[in-house]
Amino acid sequence: MSAPFMTATTAPATLAEARRLRDLFAAKGGQVVKADVLQSAETLLDLYGEDIRARAYLTSDPLRGEMVLRPDFTVPVVQMHMESHAEPARYTYAGKVFRKQEEDETRANEYVQVGYEVFDGSDPAAADAEVFAAMAEGLNGLAVRASSGDIGILMAAVSGLRTTEARKAALLRHIWRPVRFRALMKRFGSDAVPPARAALLAADDPFAKAGPDIGRRSRAEVAARLAALRDDATAPPIAKDEIALIDAILSLRETAANVLSQLRDIAVDMPAIGPAVARLEARLEALEDRGVDVAALDFEGSYGRTSLEYYDGFVFGFYAIDRPDLPPVATGGRYDALTARLGQGRAVPAVGGVIRPDLVVGLR
Amino acid sequence: MLKLGVPSKGRLMDKTFDWFGSRGVTLRKSGADREYAGAVDGIDGVELVLLSAGEIPRELAAGNIHLGVTGSDLVREKLANWDSRVAELAPMGFGGADLIIAVPQAWVDVSTLDDLDAAAAAFRQTHGFRLRIATKYHRLVREFLREHGVADYQIIDSQGATEGTVKNETAEAIADITSTGETLRANGLKILDDGLIHASQATLFRGRRNDWTDDQRQKLKALQMVLGIS
Repeated sequence: MSAPFMTATTAPATLAEARRLRDLFAAKGGQVVKADVLQSAETLLDLYGEDIRARAYLTSDPLRGEMVLRPDFTVPVVQMHMESHAEPARYTYAGKVFRKQEEDETRANEYVQVGYEVFDGSDPAAADAEVFAAMAEGLNGLAVRASSGDIGILMAAVSGLRTTEARKAALLRHIWRPVRFRALMKRFGSDAVPPARAALLAADDPFAKAGPDIGRRSRAEVAARLAALRDDATAPPIAKDEIALIDAILSLRETAANVLSQLRDIAVDMPAIGPAVARLEARLEALEDRGVDVAALDFEGSYGRTSLEYYDGFVFGFYAIDRPDLPPVATGGRYDALTARLGQGRAVPAVGGVIRPDLVVGLR
Repeated sequence: MLKLGVPSKGRLMDKTFDWFGSRGVTLRKSGADREYAGAVDGIDGVELVLLSAGEIPRELAAGNIHLGVTGSDLVREKLANWDSRVAELAPMGFGGADLIIAVPQAWVDVSTLDDLDAAAAAFRQTHGFRLRIATKYHRLVREFLREHGVADYQIIDSQGATEGTVKNETAEAIADITSTGETLRANGLKILDDGLIHASQATLFRGRRNDWTDDQRQKLKALQMVLGIS
């Protein structure tokens, strides 16, 4: 076993559990991989921006630039996979991850994760179910309940709105930031132009009080945005019934089977989500084939939206029933968009999950 | 003994001495003017510790001092979960300054956070890097922008002369403390309409560690009575 994994501060029972889980995932075809503890921070900063600084330990190296103590294995595993080009592929790993805890001091800031990642585009629904079932098997015998969601349905709904491409792009950019998303929906759903903006757009010379041109953002860039604002001011508001449908999707909170029926109703008025709903249906069937009790699986329309992960489809978590104070024992999801970003255009459908062996030991 | 940390020099120290003095507690530097030793008259069992205002939050959280006077901005910036580690006893009504976000006046299209976010997205597309905001208040700015859903920016550390960073092209926008906005205007900058991150003022804080003795708790009560802030 690798050195960073065998740290003195990890309890022997946790190490034994981590080994058991990793062996379980290896037996399912997962190739055992390792990753450096210290990673280049560039990728994470590029993906998550400044918010990552509140969640991960960043430090600066005089020669290598900004580095980070790995906050998870997903990014290094994806990078490794994109270089190997071997497909389909399954990976497993066990090792410590490091997370800043600025909000809740009682949460661990370093802990072991054991993961299973599947890069296989042949049957996404089957791959989703495979990962979920692998996590469920790892947690077999524990009093846990699973919750799930699907960011892909919300993204499909936004893409299908009858509004401008610019507005859709703005909404999609903020799909993981519920506050900004809601503010945008409100603005795009209204005819009213904020007074300051109306005055600016009505001005003969919007640059009359501009002051000196300083900084790197040029006057041409300001003019381009003014043009975009003028375009936007002529766009009709997003229809109330469409906003109601988005709200309906976000407030779904039911068992997966019931949600599927509600989404089919919504799809009648919003055909754009049809393919995403079909994918959910195929996934639920694949889960059933793997013996998952779909009738008891929770589904939440907003699930996974506030996490810092880059999930853009299926998302799930397993929670200790008797210990609501604990973080989820296992989490995972589909991250096709992450592979597209890291693969410089070459996307590989990918889904994965992780279990925290320390929490498993605590629940036994 | 109850240790009271007070800024060791300048206007903040003088105003703090005035504030306590007008409430019947005399704080003074003891010994030579250059020595950072202090004395307290008017109440027993309180010891004056003169410190840099920037170190007072940390010393309070660590329990090295029990009470401290410093800017409410510094406490929020330097302590994660600040309100679980210190408590505000009294705002003191001086040292007021606003931590704000400012952008070039030339950005006529940007007057709100909403605009800033849209401009940041376009800026990143055009320039290939995230829009730079110069500040020394990393945590406060990051938390504020996260709360308001602004993305595609990066924080650039600036410990002084922050208003000049835009002109020098080391940042596109700034977040800084201002009391009148004069320096901002002189540097071609304007404050966003909803860009007030925190209205700061000098504040008397107590540490919230639970290792205080009964004697220290009684001393605090007595001091609050004298100061009229209980």
